[in-house]
Amino acid sequence: MAKILLKKQLSKDVFMMNLYAPLIAEERSAGQFIILQVDEDYGERIPLTIADANIEDGSITIIFQVVGKSTLQLSKMNEGDDIPALVGPLGRPTHVENFGTVVCVGGGIGVAPMHPIAQALKAAGNNVIIIIGARNKDLIILEEEMKAIADELIICTDDGSYGRKALVTQPLKEICERSPKPNMVIAIGPPIMMKFCSETTRPYEVFTQVSLNTIMVDGTGMCGGCRVNVGKEVKFVCVDGPEFDGHKVDFDNMMTRLNSYKSIERESHNCYLQSEIEAKEMK
Amino acid sequence: MHHDTPEQLQEKARQLVAEYVSKVDDLKPKERTKIPSQDMPAQDPEVRVHNLDEVALGYTFEQAQVEAIRCLQCVKKTCVEDCPVRIDIPGFINHIAHGNLDQAAGVIKEASLLPAICGRVCPQETQCQQNCAVGKALKDVEKSVAIGRLERFVADWERKTGKISIPEVKPATGKKVAVVGSGPAGLVVAADCRREGHHVTIFEAFHKLGGVLRYGIPEFRLPNDIIDKEIQTLTAMGVEFKTNFVVGKTRKLKDLMEKDGYDAVFIGVGAGLPIFMGIEGENLVGVFSANEYLTRANLMRAFDKGHADTPIYQSRKVAVLGGGNVAMDSARMAKRLGAENVYVVYRRTEVEMPARKEEVEHAKEEGIEFLFLQNAKRILGSEDGRVKAMECVRFELGEPDASGRRRPIQVLDSEFMLDVDTVIVAIGNGSNPLLTQSTPGINLNKWGNITVDENQKTSMDRVFAGGDIVLGAATVILAMGEGRRAAAAINKMLAEEIEKEKTVIN
Repeated sequence: MAKILLKKQLSKDVFMMNLYAPLIAEERSAGQFIILQVDEDYGERIPLTIADANIEDGSITIIFQVVGKSTLQLSKMNEGDDIPALVGPLGRPTHVENFGTVVCVGGGIGVAPMHPIAQALKAAGNNVIIIIGARNKDLIILEEEMKAIADELIICTDDGSYGRKALVTQPLKEICERSPKPNMVIAIGPPIMMKFCSETTRPYEVFTQVSLNTIMVDGTGMCGGCRVNVGKEVKFVCVDGPEFDGHKVDFDNMMTRLNSYKSIERESHNCYLQSEIEAKEMK
Repeated sequence: MHHDTPEQLQEKARQLVAEYVSKVDDLKPKERTKIPSQDMPAQDPEVRVHNLDEVALGYTFEQAQVEAIRCLQCVKKTCVEDCPVRIDIPGFINHIAHGNLDQAAGVIKEASLLPAICGRVCPQETQCQQNCAVGKALKDVEKSVAIGRLERFVADWERKTGKISIPEVKPATGKKVAVVGSGPAGLVVAADCRREGHHVTIFEAFHKLGGVLRYGIPEFRLPNDIIDKEIQTLTAMGVEFKTNFVVGKTRKLKDLMEKDGYDAVFIGVGAGLPIFMGIEGENLVGVFSANEYLTRANLMRAFDKGHADTPIYQSRKVAVLGGGNVAMDSARMAKRLGAENVYVVYRRTEVEMPARKEEVEHAKEEGIEFLFLQNAKRILGSEDGRVKAMECVRFELGEPDASGRRRPIQVLDSEFMLDVDTVIVAIGNGSNPLLTQSTPGINLNKWGNITVDENQKTSMDRVFAGGDIVLGAATVILAMGEGRRAAAAINKMLAEEIEKEKTVIN
């Protein structure tokens, strides 16, 4: 069980929570994730990256977007409530050292997992360039936090409602063309964004690391549901990742696999919404 | 195949009891072996493929008594020798024959804390029942005394009548034992160490207890409430449980000992990463490891479509690759989840299949189709990346290999297509790397399994291991056997320390 210490709505569908999990707060490193359940008997296991942690008050921070029934239920929980099951930290930590100049590209909710990584890279002495991208202004999260870390911060929106009207790949390409070119790129966001970031940097031969969020059940290597093709090998995101060389990841297969249950999930989400509406009408 | 209904079996048993019970102590061996062996009453196959209730219903008291009277009470007890935890089998069976179920339960509990589980999932035909004199006399191992069914009968009787006794726990020693993993090995270690008065904590990565008993073995073979009951016994003994706790991740093993004061650790984390075939198309949507498929269905309760939030793939035609019990469980689960055709694809013949015969029989009764001497060559996908067919290839048996089994040889140009939308891979697991990765100093073999000595002790001081993380893939009872041995070594080590501490104080 983990108590919700703090809850904040960051944008229409994005929420932040601080959870009381002292052991995880102590052990976690940038890049790792947790799995939680809103119901211990029937709930799904939801993997979420740890966005931050505080050893003093024993808390970890998660940031999530409402995308289906389980995340909707989670968003309805409040400060003081207990999350019935929380396990972690899982996955391998991000490898952090002084690489030189690192470009951190965070798309949408992907800015949340990027935050601790950017923090750690900065602390290790890197020159950190941060690109934040979102569909529109309302979906930009953690701008202030990232500004505090970045040596250079670029914000883009698809519709131009804030910052540059551009996809993140545009400033990324410009930075790759600089001399000297960056030493490394880290991209976290929707699969399609990570795919195109990897394609953008490929001709410049800038090592590009991506953080994958595939379908998982246990998160401890047992089910293999999270497997992805990386180069010629099959890797498990939960124990071998979540971070991989973006130039080697088979994103197309990964995106297909992410849709494995789409039709069932849509049905379940709609059923849930319907029952919620009915319950409200009853009142 | 014809099966008597439960009512018919009971009627026959009642007549046999009437005939034999008065002379239970006076029967000659020849008379005993003439008594017909008692079939296990089972749910009708056509009914059970639509539910998750237990398939085998369990003996009635009369059936159990008849079966018990068949036991010859041998002087040389091969059954006990062949039991990994050395239950006094003729002892408890004799009590059943006399109708003393209390005493029968007591005898079993001396050696095994989990009889309701063992009675259901142990491969008795290759253990206690393998060399049974009755089976030998009748030249059929299936006619051996049904030890497992009798064990289950006693355990179920004890549970249903609320007579489960809580084993006595000695006064607190002040020593702490950490058990990593709540599967069969861990549960046994916890019970045995707790009995000696040590404080025991079980750490479980999942949100529910039981390990493979819960996530792997389906409800229709081992109901969850039975696992719950066995775990309640441990709770009543004072064993502490910490779920959602991955030792090696949530806390390092070293910290459990150095910071949290555990005096000994038992690692029973079970099998790990599922093995895939390494064939084309294995990452298509609709290809699952048996672990994933069964975990979704069992632990995450995806079979309960109205309640569970975890989805499971909607399949029409399913191919299961492999021939072990896990393959049988996957195939039978797929059937229950609504698949019309389920094929078990195995490259040898039925004789070589490692699955228990009983499971294979049950699967056949449920309409699972077996494709022997065939194997998957590649999996084909539709445009949207989903499984649409599997190309198979035929085999024939050649000369015996080093293991004595005839080696399957691929038949040239024998490729054919199997129309399937789902493929479940059940060909085994590698070792679990989570704990060993973060535990430098623990020795592993080349497969990543932890190496132990004859007392289950690892290369690390005060750290023991057992079950699948040591054995690779084994059975519930072998894991329990290892747990028992480890617990004995832990108890001995701690007892010696307590002695030493006393001497120092004096």
